[in-house]
Amino acid sequence: MSEALNTALALLVGLDSKLVEIVLLSLRVSLSAVAISALLGLPVGAAIAVSRFPGRQTVIVVLNALMGLPPVVVGLLVYLLLSRAGPLGPLGILFTPSAMVIAQSILILPIIAALSRQAIEDAWREYEEQLRSLGAGRMDAALTLLWDTRFSLLTTILAGFGRAAAEVGAVMIVGGNIDGVTRVMTTTIALETSKGDLPLALGLGMILIAIVITVNAAAYLTKELAQRRYG
Amino acid sequence: MNNGSILPLRLAEVSFAAGGRTLIDRISLEIETGPSTIILGANGAGKSVLMRLMHGLLSPSSGRIEWNAPERPGAPRKQAMVFQRPVMLRRSAYANVAYALKIAGIPEPQRGTLVREALESVGLSHLAHRSARVLSGGEQQRLALARAWALHPEVLFLDEPTASLDPSATREIESVIKAFDAAGTKVVMATHNLGQARRLGDEILFLDQGQLVERAPVAQFFGKPQSVQAAAFIKGELPWT
Repeated sequence: MSEALNTALALLVGLDSKLVEIVLLSLRVSLSAVAISALLGLPVGAAIAVSRFPGRQTVIVVLNALMGLPPVVVGLLVYLLLSRAGPLGPLGILFTPSAMVIAQSILILPIIAALSRQAIEDAWREYEEQLRSLGAGRMDAALTLLWDTRFSLLTTILAGFGRAAAEVGAVMIVGGNIDGVTRVMTTTIALETSKGDLPLALGLGMILIAIVITVNAAAYLTKELAQRRYG
Repeated sequence: MNNGSILPLRLAEVSFAAGGRTLIDRISLEIETGPSTIILGANGAGKSVLMRLMHGLLSPSSGRIEWNAPERPGAPRKQAMVFQRPVMLRRSAYANVAYALKIAGIPEPQRGTLVREALESVGLSHLAHRSARVLSGGEQQRLALARAWALHPEVLFLDEPTASLDPSATREIESVIKAFDAAGTKVVMATHNLGQARRLGDEILFLDQGQLVERAPVAQFFGKPQSVQAAAFIKGELPWT
């Protein structure tokens, strides 16, 4: 354990260029996936929250269930889509960071949509009469609530980021863990563990956890400050 | 009667039931322009439900509710409502009023003047840029009134607007309501507070268990109530006002 800590510190202090590359690729892939999922998932969550249609409950149950999608299964499906014989094969993006972004987006889209649906629906219960009294339509209401629940939605987006940054199955399958091209922190950890270099694996694990904690702390502080100001 | 006004409002045999209970029981009445109308009754008499039916937030289980000039969906509303607990958006006091104008389809360049005027009329100009949700209960309720004021509604519904406020905040709210009345807005207010009904009302609609029991001018209602229920209510409530 102390050896792992030393390795982690040595890696960090030395700013090993290879390590920096791996960390940056991890962030790039996961943050891109979060951005795409938020862009699609938040409007979907808001729309489901304020609308009433037949089968709505089924949609919510399915969406909630999809939060537990196993990463390897998502990886496999995206692999089949992107493989040379697959429908999107001609794009030629299998084993590239783009493929990894796609897989992670699919993985966390349900998380962001389902959690934002819940947050926005709770707010809708409070706001509904007032907004309808003012004459706001469903579309107005959805947009208003997206903005008014922005602090809760930040937490939702963080949940998505945490999931993306931590998963290994999907990026391993569609990225292939190619050194210098698609190797990210989680796949490196898996590889080093299987090679028996436990200190390096543990060291990387610590860096990964530190990054996730830093991102969350920053978001939490932003939220606290904003909430104190806006109530 | 088609002078462009949305009044009178006619209710014909309106009932509303929820969860197997009849909350509003065959009420027929007409609300005209002019005198302010107080909907009086004990808790659970159906005051809030009746206002929500009139304002269109609930649909009657049976019966008809007709405005002189029916509202078109999507068109700006000519009626506004202030609730017991005001719902403020997570933005400044100013932006809360501006939001209502935007939803009402008022073009952006005209909003500023209307918002400032509305905040001025409720005495909140100095808090315009404060976040609405950190204002006190009384300030939030005044802001809710400003939001309604900016819309210049023909009819203003108020659902126990001072029920959760202290006496001084209550006085401020009541003076704003009087200003609405003076400006020609038809005020329809639910309350269970007899003193408030006297101070603000011209006529009383007395509800009991979902039924319209009595309708009378204020002086007559308090001087010589025609129904046993109203007499009992006035008697029972007096020590508490």
